[in-house]
Amino acid sequence: MPFDVAADVMANTRLSADYNVLALSAPAIAAAATPGQFVMVKAASGDDPLLRRPFSVFEVLRDAAGAPAGLSLLNKRIGPSTELLYRAQPGDTVACFGPLGRPFTVADRSAQAWMVAGGVGLAPFATLADALGARSVSTTLFYGARSRAELFYLDFFRRLGVELVLTTEDGSLGERGRIIAPLDRRLAAHAPHAPLMVYACGPEGMLAACAKTAARYGRPCEVSVERIMGCGMGGCYSCVVPMRNDRGSFHHVRSCIAGPVLPADQILWE
Amino acid sequence: MDLSVRIGSLTLTNPLVAASGCFGYGVEYADLVDLSSLGAIVTKGLFLEAREGHRAPRIVETPAGMLNAIGLQGIGARRFVEDKLPELRTRGATVIVNVCGTTIDEYAEVSRILSDAEGVAAIELNISCPNIKEGGIQFGCSLDGTFDVVSAVRKVTRLPIMPKLTPNVTDVASFARASEQAGADAVSLVNTFLAMVIDVETRRPKIANGLGGLSGPAIRPIAVRMVHECYEAVKIPVVGMGGIMNARDALEFMIAGAAAVQIGTANFVDPLIWTKLTDGIRDYMQRHQFTRVTELVGTVQTGPVESPTGA
Ligand SMILES: Cc1cc2nc3c(=O)[nH]c(=O)nc-3n(C[C@H](O)[C@H](O)[C@H](O)COP(=O)(O)O)c2cc1C
Repeated sequence: MPFDVAADVMANTRLSADYNVLALSAPAIAAAATPGQFVMVKAASGDDPLLRRPFSVFEVLRDAAGAPAGLSLLNKRIGPSTELLYRAQPGDTVACFGPLGRPFTVADRSAQAWMVAGGVGLAPFATLADALGARSVSTTLFYGARSRAELFYLDFFRRLGVELVLTTEDGSLGERGRIIAPLDRRLAAHAPHAPLMVYACGPEGMLAACAKTAARYGRPCEVSVERIMGCGMGGCYSCVVPMRNDRGSFHHVRSCIAGPVLPADQILWE
Repeated sequence: MDLSVRIGSLTLTNPLVAASGCFGYGVEYADLVDLSSLGAIVTKGLFLEAREGHRAPRIVETPAGMLNAIGLQGIGARRFVEDKLPELRTRGATVIVNVCGTTIDEYAEVSRILSDAEGVAAIELNISCPNIKEGGIQFGCSLDGTFDVVSAVRKVTRLPIMPKLTPNVTDVASFARASEQAGADAVSLVNTFLAMVIDVETRRPKIANGLGGLSGPAIRPIAVRMVHECYEAVKIPVVGMGGIMNARDALEFMIAGAAAVQIGTANFVDPLIWTKLTDGIRDYMQRHQFTRVTELVGTVQTGPVESPTGA
């Protein structure tokens, strides 16, 4: 059951000229959220901008006693709502509705977990890494961005014992190029009988390439898709993804309720 | 305080209705909202067969509004009756089905299937969807087409029928009249305004279908005007909608002449809007000493304004 919370902004941490992490006080949502789920956030009261925006729950924030007190969003400013969230100040409130959607299947200890993130697609992997860590699953983060300045939270993942494989388009940190290249090499080298689960979140082209690459090596892959969403509840049919059906055709599923986490091999990639 | 309203033979416990396409099939909200507390819910538009609709992106936000071109994705009338209606009945929802068709026969066939099913309270005839090529708005933009669809459905059902009118015409009241003459029990309006948004960087439309329908607060004053015109033109109840965001807006439509109101886009912004709307209407009735919400309908004073100073 989702909760609607008028969430106080607890902190706004600027990561770069475009990215920030916004900490919101929303204990009920934080306590219920599982890795891969999202919240619908309305950045400003009033009619403009009108609609809420979907955000992955980035971190679950805990109080001194370890109880869930809030959640954070990884925000990149690209439009009016994300601009407002980039500028939000402690003391502001934003309407936050969630948790929503179908979460990741958290691998168990017999498998390795490889998380593949592109840019702001890092968002769902902090909570997933936490959950995998709690199960002692050996976890790797493949993380690509434009440049070194846009690779965030590396120490956070290191502290959780996550192995990092980094790429930047300008070569300023890690390998130069796209993240699919090292993923492909690692998949080729991975013992075929050793169980492995691939998770991906990022730009559509990266997701499609990741899905294709995982399929080529016969590896299960879950992707968290990002679609323009109206309601987050299955009410408006805006956020659809074409999925293969058993009649050799496709069916549009609502990514807000059937996803946002979907099995990559069933998506009809464009 | 009595919030109940009548739409033909149907009595709603209150005038607040979830608009078609903005509340799924209702079941999506069943754990969040007490479906029986709404006046009624209108389902997503249904044809005889399932449809996949348009490609994404299907919506884009606009100043105080949004554009959509979903393309009437839906599961088809029979599957609705089998898969969704039983749960809606269990939850105590008053169900109005939004009926679509590419031909008059299809409207009649879908309406017949729904009339035979247990648990459908009324039919809203979607002759106003701006987002599909055949059917829908092609009937809704012609007086004869409107008359013919309503007459054909009138012959196959005893359920209250309520054609949903498009605002994309010059004289919407004449369509309300044609509906009344063909035997409609009510009319609802407005559906969305045909509109377009272009990305100037790529010089491409921002939604995959190119054109879409505008909804939300941006359209409200035009919708209020149209509801008022229809109220003046026909005796059957008029169900009003278009940009209702709060109780004040709902009251504005009722004062303009709406017997009941539908809430679409606002439900996306606030899925828990329903109790706030009811509370706001009760509060208004108390302040203005109304005991029945129906007393409000059409009470707009359009005569000359008396100056408060008497000058
Ligand atoms: C995403 C979306 C889908 C819609 N789908 C339908 C539909 O299937 N059938 C219909 O008659 N109207 C449909 N409508 C129109 C609404 O029911 C309503 O007439 C319109 O949005 C104006 O009301 P609003 O401003 O409160 O949203 C849709 C509107 C939106 C925004």
